Amino acid sequence: MTRYFHDYITVAVFAGVGILLVGVALGMSAMLRPKNPSATKRQTYECGIDPVGTGFSQTHVRYYIFALLFLIFDVEAVFIFPWAIQLESLGAFALVEMVIFLVILLAGLVYAIRKGVLRWES
Amino acid sequence: MDWGDWLSNSQNILFVVIALLMVAAAVRVVTSPNVVHAALMLVLALGGSAALFLMLGAEFVAWALVLVYIGAVIVLFLFGIMITRAPTGRDPVRLDHERRWPAALVALATFATLASASVAAFEDEAIEGGVSSTGDLGDVLFSRFVIPFEAVSFVLLAALIGGIVLARKDPG
Repeated sequence: MTRYFHDYITVAVFAGVGILLVGVALGMSAMLRPKNPSATKRQTYECGIDPVGTGFSQTHVRYYIFALLFLIFDVEAVFIFPWAIQLESLGAFALVEMVIFLVILLAGLVYAIRKGVLRWES
Repeated sequence: MDWGDWLSNSQNILFVVIALLMVAAAVRVVTSPNVVHAALMLVLALGGSAALFLMLGAEFVAWALVLVYIGAVIVLFLFGIMITRAPTGRDPVRLDHERRWPAALVALATFATLASASVAAFEDEAIEGGVSSTGDLGDVLFSRFVIPFEAVSFVLLAALIGGIVLARKDPG
């Protein structure tokens, strides 16, 4: 248990140092650089086509199905982690079980493909 | 219980910080006038609960929460919001409701019930034989809980097909 917390303290220290590094680099440059803002500079892209409308815009309904499929296969992936860790000690039985699990879900993917929801028609 | 003693433990301080952050984020989820901001505040609240699970040593639950809830469910929320209610920039529909005080009362009562029930059931005794590490979870998943594990794949399959059927309008 102590090792567990030590591991996460290491992660936290690395994350903290990473944030500090970026903060110091950006903070230093903010202090050193000249500052004269203009409307052109504040645009999302300084060159190219001017953006139209706001960032808060409607997306295509098709993205929803992709997000839905991603959610299902994300849950599937969560089950793979404990399996992957213990696979060596569990042996062939666990391998067969996981193959059954994946094949059943693969049927869902085949259904999605056959229904044409993964095709991008405009 | 002595509060000075309680606060001298660094874990308890961390817990208080995370809990306060979560409460603040949860309050913003229901009070934010912009529904996208509410969803992003939900990310913060869920991240806090993942941190609490990590502090309890429940590594797998914590990262599953991050992967599934923050990674996928919130994305689904945001897509749902962006598809249905974003034509005019600022949110056109008022997020408030006239029955907010009864709703707050129900929420408070639910919290009180859950909190008192779990305190009455467990108090501060440690749970013996709990499965927390990812490796142990793999062991029980493929010995005692093999059938439920395979049943989960059918549940996921049903959810997948149901989602496709509901989200897609069939031609003809």
